[in-house]
Amino acid sequence: MPASFVILVGCQLIGEALRQTLHLPLPGAVIGMFLLALALVGGGGDRTAGVADQSSQLSRTANALIANMGLLFVPAGVGVIAELGVLRQNWLPILVGLLVSTVLGLVVTGFVMDRVCRAEEGSRRTASLLSTLQDSRG
Amino acid sequence: MRDVLMALWIPLEPSPLLWLGATLLAYVLGQAAQRACGGSPFANPVLIAILLMVALLKVTGTPYQTYFAGARFIHFLLGPATVALAVPLARNLSHMRRSLRGLGLALLAGSLTSALSGIGAVWLLGGSRAVALSMAPKAVTTPIAMAVAQEAGGLPALTAALAIAGGIIAAVIGETVLRHLRIDDWRAHGLAAGVAGSGVAAAQVAPRDSLAAAFAAVGIGLNGLLTAIIVAAIAVLWPIG
Repeated sequence: MPASFVILVGCQLIGEALRQTLHLPLPGAVIGMFLLALALVGGGGDRTAGVADQSSQLSRTANALIANMGLLFVPAGVGVIAELGVLRQNWLPILVGLLVSTVLGLVVTGFVMDRVCRAEEGSRRTASLLSTLQDSRG
Repeated sequence: MRDVLMALWIPLEPSPLLWLGATLLAYVLGQAAQRACGGSPFANPVLIAILLMVALLKVTGTPYQTYFAGARFIHFLLGPATVALAVPLARNLSHMRRSLRGLGLALLAGSLTSALSGIGAVWLLGGSRAVALSMAPKAVTTPIAMAVAQEAGGLPALTAALAIAGGIIAAVIGETVLRHLRIDDWRAHGLAAGVAGSGVAAAQVAPRDSLAAAFAAVGIGLNGLLTAIIVAAIAVLWPIG
């Protein structure tokens, strides 16, 4: 547990330092996430086993944090109490923006993923069909 | 009765433990409420906890700063939790490899659509720059969304509320809308949930199919990274004024 926190907080700290020195517009924690993902993927020989074995302690801490992430939003979310004026003044653009962007984001992502996967599987099927045809001829 | 309450209240009030404990309790109550509602996405524990705490602060007339002095110990963990998202991201790399092209295209299209349509709708209806920039990253998982909003000049607390509300919308309508459009691939369902509704929507599809769960995790992680870049670019291109 303490060791995995060293890794997580360390990555965040490095991310924060990079943000400050390079004037990156990304949050330090996001840079830290990217760095840790790179380290995990590059570190293990066999990739999936690498993540599971080498850092099983890290995996457990990460899973515990992610599983309870909801709780971690509450203090900041309560901060909406200070923005109630903004909310009241902008309720229509907020409501419409929320609905429109959520539905569009959902549909566009799902649609593109579905069609590209379908097209790839289609071409794979055609390729295997062609090869069986050639095999049967030869 | 009131005197007894006040006698208990006054020595407790300055202690940061009070608001730390109250936040934990409010979240536990929210979780219990969701269980009681059969896991319905409408009974979101985060939403319930926030509403309970806002009501409590209003009733007791407590300023947010006093509350946050206790609650910041929970808030601090958001950073490490964001970094921790790297673990499921790395674990699902093999899934990502197999459908790299679809993943890349869908992510790019979804992230751009979500951020730009959010900004566009707010701007067209006369919302302010701060509100628009709070809306843009709201599809991303809440800790990333808040950090991005802060960085871009939005209001992090508003973004947190919007991210949770958007997640609930995506969780409630997601599968119905996608099936209606004849989208049946579980990878597409998972990815769309992760990109449009982050953790809240992902929690809704994950138990339905393991492939959907993997792609939802990938969607959350990569969308966070991509949206952070998109919103940062928009903030730079949209001068304050």
